[in-house]
Amino acid sequence: MNVEAPTQAATERVTVTVTINGQAHRAEVEARLLLVHFIRETAGLTGTHIGCDTTSCGACVVLLDDVPIKSCTLFTVQADGRQIRTVEGLEQGGQLHPIQAAFWEEHGLQCGFCTPGMMMTSVALLERNLAPSEDEIRQAISGNLCRCTGYVNIVKSVQHAASALREAQAATTAEVSPS
Amino acid sequence: MIPGKFAYLAARTATEAVDTLGRHPDEAKLLAGGQSLIPMMKLRLAAPEILVDISRIADLAYVREENSHLAIGALTRESALETSDLVARRYPILVDTTQVIADPIVRNLATVGGNLAHGDPANDHPATMLALRAELVATGPNGNRVIPIDDFFVDTFETALEPAEILTEIRIPAPQAQSGGAYCKFERKVGDYGVAGAGAYIVLDGNGRVAQAGIGLSNMGPKPLRATDAEGVLLGELPTEERLQAAAQQAADASDPVGDLRGPAEYKRAVLRTMTFRALTRAVERAQSAEAGGSS
Repeated sequence: MNVEAPTQAATERVTVTVTINGQAHRAEVEARLLLVHFIRETAGLTGTHIGCDTTSCGACVVLLDDVPIKSCTLFTVQADGRQIRTVEGLEQGGQLHPIQAAFWEEHGLQCGFCTPGMMMTSVALLERNLAPSEDEIRQAISGNLCRCTGYVNIVKSVQHAASALREAQAATTAEVSPS
Repeated sequence: MIPGKFAYLAARTATEAVDTLGRHPDEAKLLAGGQSLIPMMKLRLAAPEILVDISRIADLAYVREENSHLAIGALTRESALETSDLVARRYPILVDTTQVIADPIVRNLATVGGNLAHGDPANDHPATMLALRAELVATGPNGNRVIPIDDFFVDTFETALEPAEILTEIRIPAPQAQSGGAYCKFERKVGDYGVAGAGAYIVLDGNGRVAQAGIGLSNMGPKPLRATDAEGVLLGELPTEERLQAAAQQAADASDPVGDLRGPAEYKRAVLRTMTFRALTRAVERAQSAEAGGSS
């Protein structure tokens, strides 16, 4: 017979552990604390921006277990025990991530406010599709608004990063299995 | 914007969620994907005292074909529906629908059950489920009950769910031979509510005449609407362009949109007529090209 545990009580304050860019952050927070505020104010990582605050603009996009989400529309407690990646986690060992290098090379930003969210969405796209078409790129970033560039150079940046990642992958494959 | 204070509970099972709702019928609200509820809480349009988070109940997220229907767990994310091979092959109308909900980032959290249970007439799944004549499974203190889609939507943000009930499953009849469905929506920009949207499901008989028709309308009144008279225009008839145009006109005549920043009511009706015609045309094309298995 299936014995159910007794129903838990609901609480206004909760203790959470959220891992951001590999580092665990444990804190007691209000249940109503939005993830973007936890990232910026509790963890002190201000690369993730707050734009519209109404789930429209995508400036606050981070990866939750590798999936892009709008961190202004998730309570911190919903991310308890899960992995978050923010723009600060892209650079590794002083080396820009290929998407960062590509935004630099292709002039994929003007004011830069949308850029962290734009890059996190793009990273998630490239992790599941190394050769996206222009249409696929435009679809993927359709929840990220940019009011400066007109998107043309952002699309070029993602294509540039995809190309760099494909070349890096080909080089690795060649090293592992010389013909 | 900061939502009001609330007490939080992460339900481990549907039973635990039902139990909490039963003890706090006036204070508690369910949190699934949160992509409609959290924005409303930030604007203080919603201020639940207790939030019961059901998003961690893993066994309520699935898409599978059972004997006579497609079963969609209420907590299935829109993105899971969008990328399902089974759905793409057998139920393309669901791909049409999920692809135009909000934006791709929102769809990673938004749930199919939430889109229905929110009771927002501007949402997209309600019209599609009306067209498909879906059934919804509600789990409550006394177990499960099945609610036909036509009985589910009561008014704006109001459904037939009792205070201690949870929507747990959506059941879509398996596609019949020579059937097809489609959903079309016109929106000003990605993520906005549609100006108008229409879902259509058509079954053809051996002579190519319409044996069954389903038409659901989005954002055309205080709740999602079935265009009953428009369905009647098609039944027993050959699906010619003129006939589909007549049905689309009938749907527009029966609609009751409210003029707002997306346009006056007259404009919305004109857009709806076009969306209905396009959905019907695509549904008929899919029905005519369907193998014996059909699709919806």
